[in-house]
Amino acid sequence: MNIDSISNGVVLDHIQAGRSMEIYRHLHLDQLDCQVAIIKNARSRHLGKKDIIKIDSPMDLDLDVLGYIDANITVNIIRDGQLKEKKHLELPQKLVNVIRCNNPRCITMAESQLDAVFLLSDPDRHTYRCAYCETEMDKKF
Amino acid sequence: MPRNIIDVIDLTVAEIDELIATAEDIIANPAKYQSACAHKQLATLFFEPSTRTRLSFESAMLALGGSVLGFSEANSSSTAKGETVGDTVHTVSCYADIIAMRHPKEGAPYAAAQFSEVPIINAGDGGHNHPTQTLTDLLTIHREKGRLDGFTVGFCGDLKFGRTVHSLVNALSRYGNINYVLISPEELKLPRYVKEQSLKSKGIPYTQTTDLESVIPQLDILYMTRVQKERFFNEEDYLRLKDSYILTPEKLQNAKETLSILHPLPRVNEIAVSVDRDPRAAYWRQVKNGKFIRMALILKLLDIHV
Repeated sequence: MNIDSISNGVVLDHIQAGRSMEIYRHLHLDQLDCQVAIIKNARSRHLGKKDIIKIDSPMDLDLDVLGYIDANITVNIIRDGQLKEKKHLELPQKLVNVIRCNNPRCITMAESQLDAVFLLSDPDRHTYRCAYCETEMDKKF
Repeated sequence: MPRNIIDVIDLTVAEIDELIATAEDIIANPAKYQSACAHKQLATLFFEPSTRTRLSFESAMLALGGSVLGFSEANSSSTAKGETVGDTVHTVSCYADIIAMRHPKEGAPYAAAQFSEVPIINAGDGGHNHPTQTLTDLLTIHREKGRLDGFTVGFCGDLKFGRTVHSLVNALSRYGNINYVLISPEELKLPRYVKEQSLKSKGIPYTQTTDLESVIPQLDILYMTRVQKERFFNEEDYLRLKDSYILTPEKLQNAKETLSILHPLPRVNEIAVSVDRDPRAAYWRQVKNGKFIRMALILKLLDIHV
């Protein structure tokens, strides 16, 4: 299968196989006018199978959201057909308005205009705590 | 950014020791502090009623020569008109020098602190934190024992939902050589995450039991809490267990002469009134200590040195 290489844009590589559509939705890629290619189950030496997303336009990605969804993703920035920068992600220390607290007694449930702030509490377990009520949330994705 | 106290662990051990030292000095020399906060105003914003905590804060500020303003329930504030906590606190921080707030929603003081121009003290946010109660407990233990380490402390009653217990276990875990005895019905044991975070991860020993009488002889401090009927799934279990955790003069017969009995209050029936006459009952002294430690905290957050 051939998919054209891109000259200016972003390639999200090493996405866990089967997760590309979640990322497509969370990064709101459906709102872009440019070409977006989703490659599912591509062969990978390290992962066996992987997904890839190619976005044929320069754009600022929310790396915190991406790191939260899957910290193993590689972000390749392409300029003039060349690899300009390769970014490796990590679990963000702080998430703002990415997930919301599900504790019915939390102030953020009563006052929805408050920023939903979560702090990384256990990097090994990928868990975050609500900065307001400290309710622990398991990684959703 | 003003300094806020949302959780007791916002304070370092050195700062807690400093607050206790200030409180001890206030107790010894009250006259020295009687004008320390002259022309300063404390706002007590109580979005839910709590007579004891509110009066303790107000009494503390008045004893420092300051004045107080505020409200004691949400219905008498703009919250009833739909105002957010942030806007209420932002407004009040234009009038007052320091704010003590209680709110039924967990995390409300953290939210308020984002909008305040003056220090915020969390006076209780739902079942979450109540740092000045923990400071009160620490001052009481210090006054009763002369130290905050090297003793056996028993926590008795509802250890599952009792936020004062969780917070005090966490605060004491920063001091050394303390044995913890956790006394509760099976249904109301200390939550696993509290044991994990405060005790197990630090290698601190503890024992769990359902039988108060069997462990009471080994205790230096007994922290009582209320076993609430509504916490049980069926009334049969409640009736079976409720009397096990009522402290009576008979149960105290085998306790040490030096035992100190603490309780965050209010009490319902978990400590018999006849225990009040026992010199080991420290809970009324604990109430007084609550005022002194709040005086020390107000001075610290306003950066007033006497």
